Amino acid sequence: MSAWRGRAAGVALALALFGAAATLQVARDRIYSREQAQNRAFLYVQSPAVLRRLALSFDALAADVYWIRALQHYGGDRLSRDGRQRYQLLYPLLDLTTSLDPYFTIAYRFGAIFLSEGYPGGPGRPDLAVALLKKGISSQPDNWRYYHDIAFVHYWQFQDTRTAAEWFRLARKQPDAPTWLEPVAASMLIEGGDRESARIVLQQILNSPEPWLQQMARRSLLQLDALDFLDRSIRPVIARNPPPPGTPYSWQWLVGRGAFPGIPIDPANVPFEIDPATGTVSVSPRSPLFPMPRIGSPQ
Amino acid sequence: MRAISWIAVNVFKESVRDRVPYNLALFAVLLIGASFLLGQLTAGQDVKIIKDLGLAAIAVFGLFIAIFIGIGLVSKEVERRSIYSLLSKPISRPQFIVGKYAGLVLTLAANVAVMTVALYAVLGYLTYIQTPAARSAWDAPGVDPRLLEAIGLIFVELMIVTAIALFFSTFSTPLLAAALTFGLFIVGHFNTDLKNFDKIVDSLPAVWLARGVYHTVPDFSAFDIKTEVVHGLPVAAGYIGTTVGYGFAYIAALLVVSVLVFARRDFK
Repeated sequence: MSAWRGRAAGVALALALFGAAATLQVARDRIYSREQAQNRAFLYVQSPAVLRRLALSFDALAADVYWIRALQHYGGDRLSRDGRQRYQLLYPLLDLTTSLDPYFTIAYRFGAIFLSEGYPGGPGRPDLAVALLKKGISSQPDNWRYYHDIAFVHYWQFQDTRTAAEWFRLARKQPDAPTWLEPVAASMLIEGGDRESARIVLQQILNSPEPWLQQMARRSLLQLDALDFLDRSIRPVIARNPPPPGTPYSWQWLVGRGAFPGIPIDPANVPFEIDPATGTVSVSPRSPLFPMPRIGSPQ
Repeated sequence: MRAISWIAVNVFKESVRDRVPYNLALFAVLLIGASFLLGQLTAGQDVKIIKDLGLAAIAVFGLFIAIFIGIGLVSKEVERRSIYSLLSKPISRPQFIVGKYAGLVLTLAANVAVMTVALYAVLGYLTYIQTPAARSAWDAPGVDPRLLEAIGLIFVELMIVTAIALFFSTFSTPLLAAALTFGLFIVGHFNTDLKNFDKIVDSLPAVWLARGVYHTVPDFSAFDIKTEVVHGLPVAAGYIGTTVGYGFAYIAALLVVSVLVFARRDFK
């Protein structure tokens, strides 16, 4: 009995001491905040080659650790309220992660998204995002996703639709790439105002064995025709025939004046619509060509 | 053969008495705990990381068992003086060495088998709770039979470490044997650098020396196919076959040397 009591007293004493230690810890953290010191980001080893050797055969696990660190670093800086969004370790961490595990697809792809985000949501370094994705291509040249992501960086961050279209087309050329990449490339070219290149891409898509792609290409080609028709044959005529002050723009007035032989129709045989206040002509919402692609200036 | 199996079974029983299976409980707790935590931390990469963690843990736990039990296999018997009664029985010294080795390999096999089952159980659970869309984004299936290829090579690697530890145990103290085994384990992972020495050094003797060390030191880096397996990348059956063959030949050579060293020891 006394031995049992002695053990119980020992356990109680140990628990009490642990409790006292925890209490002191809480009190110390409350009084002497170490937040600044803890938040200071460190990266002791920055060389991927050195780290690969240090990791022995556990490089994949080390890559996971650096990936989690990259996520914590990005999330921590993004959510910080003290204005310390610096993200200075984001690229080194992602570089280490992908050097330790060159097949870590998500690290390249998510990492590129984080890097390209504009400040303060991210470091605003689309150049580094492209560099990271190109590193992914060097380890997995057949992976279409990296080409696709580079295209998106060019589209969203650099607003360079022509380069984006080139990368989308490169992505489509990789094995197992989805067929929808080709129309996306065409849309990029249309949006960038390069209608002739878009027309060539769409003509190629017409040869696709997939009916939905052919249908999409036919519709896009008609939209291009509508855009060309608007630019060449309608807008200049309207600009030359402004209505007298107080009279709204209307087809009736323009036809009556002899500017047009009749109400102009789009390639799907639906009349164009004209804005009475500004005279802006657009494809009717009733047309199968509606909505029209976002467009830039024709080149 | 009977004497060898008798010694092997006794080594296995002794490792159970030494509470070696406790590491299995630790392994299970590590994996289950990690599977709950990682989902919050890894942006959807929990299955990949559980695979990495599981394979690395099998290798590390196995390494510790191989080194810390392997170094005591012979020296402990000498220290306790039980070697005298053992060798006075109809057991030859080669049988003693091979039996000790087989016993530790049996312990390792049991450990690796249980850890493999635990890893598959956790992966099975993670696969079950994921949606088909999430699963389709994985590089390889959650419960991937190809993990066994990586685990198989880890096991052969551990068999080599055991043979090294046993070899050092035949003539040195446990502490020195542990240091030497661990040192060889690390050097063995840098072997590829020795192979490519001629690309950075012009001196022919230095290149020959490096090439000699490359062929003498165990080529542990060759046994690491964890990254390829986790990402579902192909590993040629021929590569696995030749690596396993290399491992067995190396183990056999080490056992022969261990027997030769042990045969020369005088226990009077």
